[in-house]
Amino acid sequence: MYKNIVYSKWFVVVAAIFIVLFILPLFVPRFFVYILALIYVTSLLAMSLNMVVGHGGLFQFHHGVFYGVGAYAVALMLTKSSMPMWIGFIAGPIAAAITGLIIGWFCVRLTRLYFGMLQISLGSLIWAIVFRWYKFTGGDDGIHGIPMPSLLSSLNNSYYFILIILVICLILMYMILRSPFGSTLQAIRDNSQRCEAVGINVRRYQLGGIVVATFFAGVAGVLFVVLERSVFAEMLFWVLSLEIFIMCLLGGWFTFAGPILGAAITVALRTFVGKYTEYWTLILGIMLILVIFFLPEGVMGFFQGLFKPGMKEAAERGK
Amino acid sequence: MTFGPAELICQLLVGISRSMILFIVCAGLSFVLGVLRIPNIAHGTLYMIGAFATFSITKMFAGSTGFWIALIVAPLLVAVVSLVAERALFCHLYQREHLMLLLFTFAISLVLGDLVKIVWGAEYKSVSAPALLKGSISILGASFPRYNLFLIVVGPLVAIAIWLFTNKTKIGKISRAAAVDREMVGVLGINVSWVFAIAFVIGCYLAGVGGALVAPTVSITLGMDHTLIIEAFLIVIIGGLGNMWGALVGSLIFGITHSFGVLFWPQFAIVFPYIAVVIVLLLRPKGLLKSVW
Repeated sequence: MYKNIVYSKWFVVVAAIFIVLFILPLFVPRFFVYILALIYVTSLLAMSLNMVVGHGGLFQFHHGVFYGVGAYAVALMLTKSSMPMWIGFIAGPIAAAITGLIIGWFCVRLTRLYFGMLQISLGSLIWAIVFRWYKFTGGDDGIHGIPMPSLLSSLNNSYYFILIILVICLILMYMILRSPFGSTLQAIRDNSQRCEAVGINVRRYQLGGIVVATFFAGVAGVLFVVLERSVFAEMLFWVLSLEIFIMCLLGGWFTFAGPILGAAITVALRTFVGKYTEYWTLILGIMLILVIFFLPEGVMGFFQGLFKPGMKEAAERGK
Repeated sequence: MTFGPAELICQLLVGISRSMILFIVCAGLSFVLGVLRIPNIAHGTLYMIGAFATFSITKMFAGSTGFWIALIVAPLLVAVVSLVAERALFCHLYQREHLMLLLFTFAISLVLGDLVKIVWGAEYKSVSAPALLKGSISILGASFPRYNLFLIVVGPLVAIAIWLFTNKTKIGKISRAAAVDREMVGVLGINVSWVFAIAFVIGCYLAGVGGALVAPTVSITLGMDHTLIIEAFLIVIIGGLGNMWGALVGSLIFGITHSFGVLFWPQFAIVFPYIAVVIVLLLRPKGLLKSVW
């Protein structure tokens, strides 16, 4: 199976893109390196959400909480404990995955909108605690000036670190989605009753999907701390969760790389339109309205639909 | 920290008065959810527009007449905005999946939120209560603001009005029927599209009423929509989708747990309502009262 992937033309294209991204910091200004790194972090977050939403069919409404928990876990480990720094980096994703396991365990008993709402209430609980627990989490001020290992002191080094972790995570996600586990998740999305009849433990698979996705969200949280050296309570607020959702929608639900495109569009809009006018969310909102009206399968899904007629069926399910 | 029965009663009443605003907003949200099946995130933004409009209208008039005029005009303004949005945008999307509609309303709320920023700016605004409702009265020796008393009176009046509308008027009965089986209503020769439009506008009108009523009690600011809408959604869910009495019960749970949280552990007061919601959702996942879905 993997042999086919290595020799396919898409592998060459993707590898070429990553090689370009690797040498890019040598040529472009510092600001662009920072924006690119921010896009990587956001892409990873959006991809992790898409694992459960696009491929798992779950209404994961409060994904931002896991991102925030990952970021806060590493931030607290690095500022409040004297343990070696690399333990902090591992603690982030694990804390996010454990939170995902606990919240998911409650949520998978429900379906669709009720699932999403229970998740929002549990997530808001965590947000409210972080927001108010000034002594421990810094409350609404957040935590700033988090110390980093000397290896990650310069922006370019952080950029490479983030890019390498992103590539590793993308490969892992691709393998997970192509594995029997990933196929089962997608089968549950398409027809959960039939899966149950075949003898699949639907809830356990969904919970597994949530844990995996939240683990990657935690990784994204850690990478955010590497880039920004600070964490904010807004990372756990539900508005961010919906923004991640929007990125998936903009890029395309049923595509693997769609969320990356969506994240890039959103970050670029915020940075470049935000420079000229403070009303960048107006532009984002209008874009989103247009996408929902005319391209319900997202930008990436639209182009895939042009080239591969078979993808149309997948897109139809999004309506 | 010491408090006697007077403080407890006062805090309970403060909780109930806050619940009344939540209830008015949630009843509108629940109505839209029940009839149109749209999880309308823009509802919170309409509430914010109601509050900002109240600020502007109150400022136009001298004395306290402005507030009373605003209480009538601001919700109508919100209703007009929602009518335009419904006829121009929403009415083309009723067949879409809930998730799509949810994101679509979020997009609308982003647009409307920025329009509010353009019209009113990003500063804090405040509205003073009319002279009649200023000051406070004494309950068992503890002081209780008159405006909150006014809210406790208005809340049940609105509840009765909604009940009368949905149960006694023809359009209310049609919209209840459309909530249960919209195709059947269409088969009977009723223009479902307009029923939906009217139901949507009435729901949003209630958001405007909530915004107008809340204006004197809080500082009006951008972002007040975000905090409110999530509370409103949770209330509607724990009450039972589309059930107005459920919205009332949910609002009371939310408001009272919050106000007692303020009394017992002020730092974590905002945590208590969420704990209550989680407990309700775990015990009764489909809400406390019957849902129309």
